[in-house]
Amino acid sequence: MKKFINDPSAVVTEALTGMAAAHPSLRVDVEQRIVYRARPKGAGKVALVSGGGSGHEPMHGGFVGAGMLDAACAGEVFTSPVPDQILAATKEVDNGAGVLHIVKNYTGDVMNFEMAAELAAADGVEVATVVTADDVAVQDSTYTAGRRGVGVTVLLEKIVGAAAESGADLTSITALAQRVSDGGRSMGVALTSGTVPAAGQPTFDLPEDQMEVGIGIHGEPGRRREPLAPAHEVAQMLVEPILDDADFTQGETIAFLNGMGATPEIELYLMYGEVAKILTDQGVTVARTLVGSYMTSLDMAGCSLTLLTADDELLRWWDAPVNTPGLRWGQ
Amino acid sequence: MADAWDVPLLTQWLTGFRDAVDQAGEELTALDSAIGDADHGSNMQRGLAAAVSAVTDAPPADCGAFFKTVGMSLVSNVGGASGPLYGTLFLRMGTVAGTAETLAIQLFGECLQAGLDGLVQRGKAQAGDKTMVDAMLPAVRAYDEVAADGGPMVSALTAAAQAAAQGRDGTTPMEAKKGRASYLGERSVGHQDPGATSMTLLFETAAKVFA
Repeated sequence: MKKFINDPSAVVTEALTGMAAAHPSLRVDVEQRIVYRARPKGAGKVALVSGGGSGHEPMHGGFVGAGMLDAACAGEVFTSPVPDQILAATKEVDNGAGVLHIVKNYTGDVMNFEMAAELAAADGVEVATVVTADDVAVQDSTYTAGRRGVGVTVLLEKIVGAAAESGADLTSITALAQRVSDGGRSMGVALTSGTVPAAGQPTFDLPEDQMEVGIGIHGEPGRRREPLAPAHEVAQMLVEPILDDADFTQGETIAFLNGMGATPEIELYLMYGEVAKILTDQGVTVARTLVGSYMTSLDMAGCSLTLLTADDELLRWWDAPVNTPGLRWGQ
Repeated sequence: MADAWDVPLLTQWLTGFRDAVDQAGEELTALDSAIGDADHGSNMQRGLAAAVSAVTDAPPADCGAFFKTVGMSLVSNVGGASGPLYGTLFLRMGTVAGTAETLAIQLFGECLQAGLDGLVQRGKAQAGDKTMVDAMLPAVRAYDEVAADGGPMVSALTAAAQAAAQGRDGTTPMEAKKGRASYLGERSVGHQDPGATSMTLLFETAAKVFA
């Protein structure tokens, strides 16, 4: 393992310390591992709290700021934050208009946010929850924990963050969040495994000539292995299962090609070029595009594609100003 | 020694469980690498270290307080799914134990049953889903059988530990239906479940306290 670390068990805390040093727009509670805005949003507005395991940066701490999240709770690497943290963040950012928890569908995340929401409700804070579950690599059935929450989470935090900034109430914010969650589909592929600092070695072995198709973001192996293929064939493997699962030919679409941490931008753009060709051929109209590493899996090489059905309202929220360490435009 | 748990014996159990998980840390993480996300060992080690500190720094007054302190420490320090699951298990045991200063064989059995119910409720898993339930369910049943005949505690706990180990071994051919391993579908077959593995250690270390 070759990493910039001091002590594997201090990685999360030390990274948060660095984040605080780099971004005066944030207030970081290093002890509790919560990232807040330095300047809270105005009273009477719904607050957004997300969080999850560390190792996915910039998600979620990097999405705290005007137009996106109010607080993000960082867990250990690839491990959900605990209810105490989520409860503390929820109570801190509540402006009296309620709090939306944005949770990715992983067993641990769902359970910890659920416990925190129960505790917050007992303390008189109104909490609503949206659980993202957009990964088409996982069959959504009673025989699995359900689809994983992946790329659509980033798009949701941006879109719903803009709506919350405008002063919409918790009921309409929650409905919007659910609509975004329902309208997104994702598929990912990995070329190498990431290495969890505390484990010290790659989470799974992947031979040079193989790739893992249908990966999540926690280093869990995917559904199947395939021989490494040219980019245009990989693009097909990303697009096809998404279009098989949902119809994106009606209306407009936001396309998000995400890097998993160790894939350079040159390859991401090359891949997006291939994806864009296929989408055009398949009659998908892409209205907005995001390409870059926004939801990573430590040093995993690979990428994921997310498509989101977007109407005028969603596109308006998407275009609204955002000012966070991870996403910034329009200001 | 009376044939019942008290706070010092519960503390001995918890310390033994921590040591066993410490020893098995790499094995648990290796099992979790195969079908999960390689953190079960390190998460449990961190949580149990905190739980042991909590009950030794300020020894709880009764068995209920002991279980509640352990449950809250695990919920607050483990993270992942194991935190809420093990945490809920101990919190529910604490509810049944209440202010009891000792837990004889019947009452401890009721605690275990409440813990199991809490585990099932929080995780929504059933027997055969390749989870810690597959170790705990047979363990509690085996305990109850011996307890129905009047014990002693060591026999009930030994039977529970053996049943847990069998249940743990039984997870290997299963296809995971809950948790992160379920994303693997058929590829989860052939791997022993890490949660069932740590759960077996919990019962094995309990039996050792009375051995």
